[in-house]
Amino acid sequence: MAIKAETIRAAVSRRRFLVGSAQAGLVMSLGTVLPGCSQEQAASDMASGDMSRSFAPTVWFEMDANGAVLINIAKAEMGQHVGTALARIVADELGADWETVSIKHVDTDPKWGYMVTGGSWSVFTSWTMLSQAGAAGRAVLIDAAATMLGVNASDCTAMNGKITAGGKSVSFAEIVQKGDISRSFTADELAALPIKPASERNLIGKPATARDIPAKSKGTAQYGLDVELPGMVYGHPLLPPTRYGSSITSIDDSAAKGIPGYQQTIRINDPSNKIQGWAMVIADSFPSAMKAAAAVKVNWQAGPTAHISEADLIREGEKLAADKSTGVLVVNDGDVAAARSAAAKTHSGIYRTSTALHFTLEPQNALVEFDADGICHVHAGNQWQSLILPDIAKALEVPEANIVIHQYYLGGGFGRRLYGDQMIPAALAARELGKPVKLVFQRADDSRFDCVRSASVQQFDASFDADGKLTGIEHAAAAGWPTLTMAPGFLADGVDGNGKFDTFSVSGGDHWYTLPNHRVRAVNNDLAQRTFLPGWLRAVGPGWIGWGVESFMDELAKMAGVDPIEYRLALLDGAGKNAGSAPVAVGGATRLAAVLKDVRERSGWGSTLPAGEGMGVAVCHGQERTMPTWIACVAHVGVDPTSKKVTVKKLWQSIDCGTVVHPDGALAQAEGAALWGVSLALHEGANFKDGQVVERNLNAYTPLRMADVPELDLHFVDSTEMPMGLGEPPLVAVPPAIGNAIHAATGVRARNLPIRL
Amino acid sequence: MTTFNLNGKSVSVDSPADTPLLWVIRDELKLKGTKYGCGIAMCGACTVHLDGVAIRSCVTPVSEAASRSVTTIEGLDSDAGKALQSAWVEEQVPQCGYCQSGQIMQAANLLENTPNPDDAEINAAMNGNLCRCMAYTRIKKAIKIAAKAKGA
Repeated sequence: MAIKAETIRAAVSRRRFLVGSAQAGLVMSLGTVLPGCSQEQAASDMASGDMSRSFAPTVWFEMDANGAVLINIAKAEMGQHVGTALARIVADELGADWETVSIKHVDTDPKWGYMVTGGSWSVFTSWTMLSQAGAAGRAVLIDAAATMLGVNASDCTAMNGKITAGGKSVSFAEIVQKGDISRSFTADELAALPIKPASERNLIGKPATARDIPAKSKGTAQYGLDVELPGMVYGHPLLPPTRYGSSITSIDDSAAKGIPGYQQTIRINDPSNKIQGWAMVIADSFPSAMKAAAAVKVNWQAGPTAHISEADLIREGEKLAADKSTGVLVVNDGDVAAARSAAAKTHSGIYRTSTALHFTLEPQNALVEFDADGICHVHAGNQWQSLILPDIAKALEVPEANIVIHQYYLGGGFGRRLYGDQMIPAALAARELGKPVKLVFQRADDSRFDCVRSASVQQFDASFDADGKLTGIEHAAAAGWPTLTMAPGFLADGVDGNGKFDTFSVSGGDHWYTLPNHRVRAVNNDLAQRTFLPGWLRAVGPGWIGWGVESFMDELAKMAGVDPIEYRLALLDGAGKNAGSAPVAVGGATRLAAVLKDVRERSGWGSTLPAGEGMGVAVCHGQERTMPTWIACVAHVGVDPTSKKVTVKKLWQSIDCGTVVHPDGALAQAEGAALWGVSLALHEGANFKDGQVVERNLNAYTPLRMADVPELDLHFVDSTEMPMGLGEPPLVAVPPAIGNAIHAATGVRARNLPIRL
Repeated sequence: MTTFNLNGKSVSVDSPADTPLLWVIRDELKLKGTKYGCGIAMCGACTVHLDGVAIRSCVTPVSEAASRSVTTIEGLDSDAGKALQSAWVEEQVPQCGYCQSGQIMQAANLLENTPNPDDAEINAAMNGNLCRCMAYTRIKKAIKIAAKAKGA
C-alpha cells in the first residue's frame, strides 16, 4: 500500500543511533549513516556539528547542561498536537522529566529525511523509531550514571530526569555536564534494546496537555499568513477560467492604476507547466491588492474543460463504473464473473459523492525571498515538503539544494497542504521582482483552485444463490485520482499486474469482510482528472469508499432480513487473509467484530424509537489494511416528516487504535473527525459549473456549525498493541451510519453525499 | 488619518478610510492574533471588540473605528476574557487554533451580556464562528467553565 515497507527496511539496515557530547550538551540522534561513511566518522561528525557527508538523522534530540530535552519534530502541526505525542514517546523511553521537554518544528533540510505529514501516519510510522531512540538514550545515560555512582548499570532505573540505583541518584544535568560521552548503536543493537512494557510507562497513555495549546489560546501562535519580511510586496493571484490549458490573451490594468498602493500586474510563466495561465497583481498592501485585482481585466483563451459541470463528472463516473472492462484490479478473490453467471439473483447499488472542499480556515499563502546566495526561502505551513520542494526547483530551474521551506503552524491542513502549489507562483514572482513576495489567496480563489475531493461514483453488483446466500460482490470506484497528478511515483500496481492505481482513491474497498468472491476495480475518472486537481481530503479514499461499502452492506442485510450488526459479524470471521498478523494487525477482523459488539452494547442498539427516528451502523478499518484502526459507529437520527430535515441526535463510536499515546489529543482528533463525517454527510457539497467550483465561500458552502453538533459518545478500547492512525479514521463510518439510520427511520435509501432527502 | 484606541493605547494610521479594520490591525499595527478567514463576515476568525461589542473586522472599514476603542485577542484582559483563555487551555480546546482568537473574542462578548449562558444561548452567540477542525463540543464546554469560574 502507500507506506513503502521496502524503503523503510533499506533505511533501517544502515540506521545507527549516535550519542555525543557537543558544546555544553548532549546530542542524540537516530538516523542513517550515509553510503561511504563509517559509523565512527558519523559519530565524530555529529559531535562537531557537521553531518553533511556522513549522517542523516530522522530523530534528533538534545539535552542541555540543565538536563532539559529539546526534541526536533519534522511533522507539521495542524491541530493534531503531533509534537506532543511524538515527544512523549521519546521522553517516556528516555526517562525524561516531561516538564523539561520542549519541541521544535523544523524547516526542510535533507538531514530530516522524507518530510510528509498525512495519512494519519505520524505516530504509526514513528513509533518504533522513537521508542528505540529513547531506549538507546536511556542506555547511554544509565551507563554513564553507573560509572559516576559506582554501581552496576543493571541496577539503575531512569525516571523524571534522574538515574537512580538503590538510594543513590544522579540527574541528567549532572551526566551531561560531565561530558565525554560518545557512543553508537547499530540497527541490531538498537533492536535488541529493551523497550518498556506498557505497565511501566509514565507518559504514554497518560493525561497530558498539548504544548501548542497555550499560544493558540492567546493569539500568539504564528501561522504562515502571519509572517512578514522587510521590503516585501503583496501578490494577489488572478486565476484562469480552468486549472489546465488556459492562456492569457491580454491584460488591461488601466482601471487599477489610480488605486493607491497598486504596483503592477505580472504574468506567471512556469517552465514546469504546473501553473498555467496565472497573472498576479503586485501591491504595497493586501487591501490594495484586493482592490486592484477587482479592477484589472484579464482575458483568457479558456482551456478545454471550461464547460464541464458536476453532472458531467458524475455521468462520466457512472459510465465508467458500469463498464466492467474499465479500471485496475485492487482485489480479485475467487471468481466474481462465475458467481454472477451462476447467480439465481443479483442486486446492484450505486453510491455517489459530490465535490467537497478543504476550506482550511487559513487560506493558501506563501512568502518567498531569495537571499544573497540565491537560496530560495519559502515561508508557509505545509504537510508534504518533500513533494513540493522538487516541484519548486523544477519551476525555478535550480537545484533542490537551493530551496528551504520554513515551517509554521498550519491554519488547517486536512490534506490541502499536502500540496503547496501556491508556493510556485510566489517563488517565480519573487525572483522576477527581486524582492520578497507574499502571495495570499482570497477565500473565493482558495475555493476555486482548491485541490478538491473529487466527485465519485461507486457501483456494487452482488450475486446470490438460490437460497438467497451472498456469493460475490463486484465493486467499482470511479473518481479523480490525487496521486496520479501530484505524486505518480506513489501509484500502486494492480493485483493482476495490469496497470497502476491510486490507493488513496480506493482504500477501504479492500475491507475485512470475508466474501467468497470479491473484485474491486479502481477506475480513474479522466474527465475529473482533466477538469481539476483532485486532492487528498481528510480520510481520503475511505472517506467516500466507506460510504458505498457500508451503505451497500446495509442493503444486503435488509435484503437478507438480518439485523445489520449480526449480518456484519457473520462476515467478520477473521478467516484467511482477514486473520491479521503481527505487529500491525494482530487479531485481524476479530478486532473489528469486537468494536462492533462494543458499540452495539453501549448504544442500546435495537431499542424501540419514536416514529421518524432510527439508528444505523457502519464500521471501518481506518485508512489502510496495512494500518488498521478498528472502528464501529452507530448514529441515531431523526427525520422531520414535513421538511425532511435530518437531525443527528447522537453518535457512538468504539475505537480500537492500539496503544493511545496522547489520550486527550486522540479524543480531540476523534471528535473532530466524527463531526467532519457529519458535515460531509449532511452539510458540505460543492458543484462544478463551467469548469469551476460554484460554492466559493460560506454563503454557499456550509460546513457544520455549533448548533447542529450531535451528542458524541466516543470510546477507546484499552489496548497495548502497536498504535495505529487516528486523525482520519473516525470520520469514515459516520456518513454511512447516518445514511443507514435514515433508512431505518424512513425506509428511504440515501445514495448521494451530501444527503438530500 | 484615522485615530482610535487599540488595546488601551491611542494609534493613528493613514490607511484609506475604506480599508478593512482587519488588515489595519494585522498589517499596519502588526497584531497578528486576529485572523483572516472568509472576508465576508461569515467565519468569525476576524472577530474583535469595537467599544466592547464583537464585530467582524474583515468587513468593518477602519473609518468606523475612528475615535472609538478596539480590543483584539492581544488586549483581552476582562475577567471574562481571562477566564475564557484559561478554560481554553484547561479543556484543551484548540486544534489547529486558527479560529480560536475569534471564538474567544465572540465568547467574551457573550459572557459580558449573558454571564451564565445555556446551550441555546451559546449556540445562538457562537453559530457564526466556524471551527474547521470542529472542536465545537470543547468550545461550548470551555465557555460554561469560564462562566462558572468568572462567577465564583
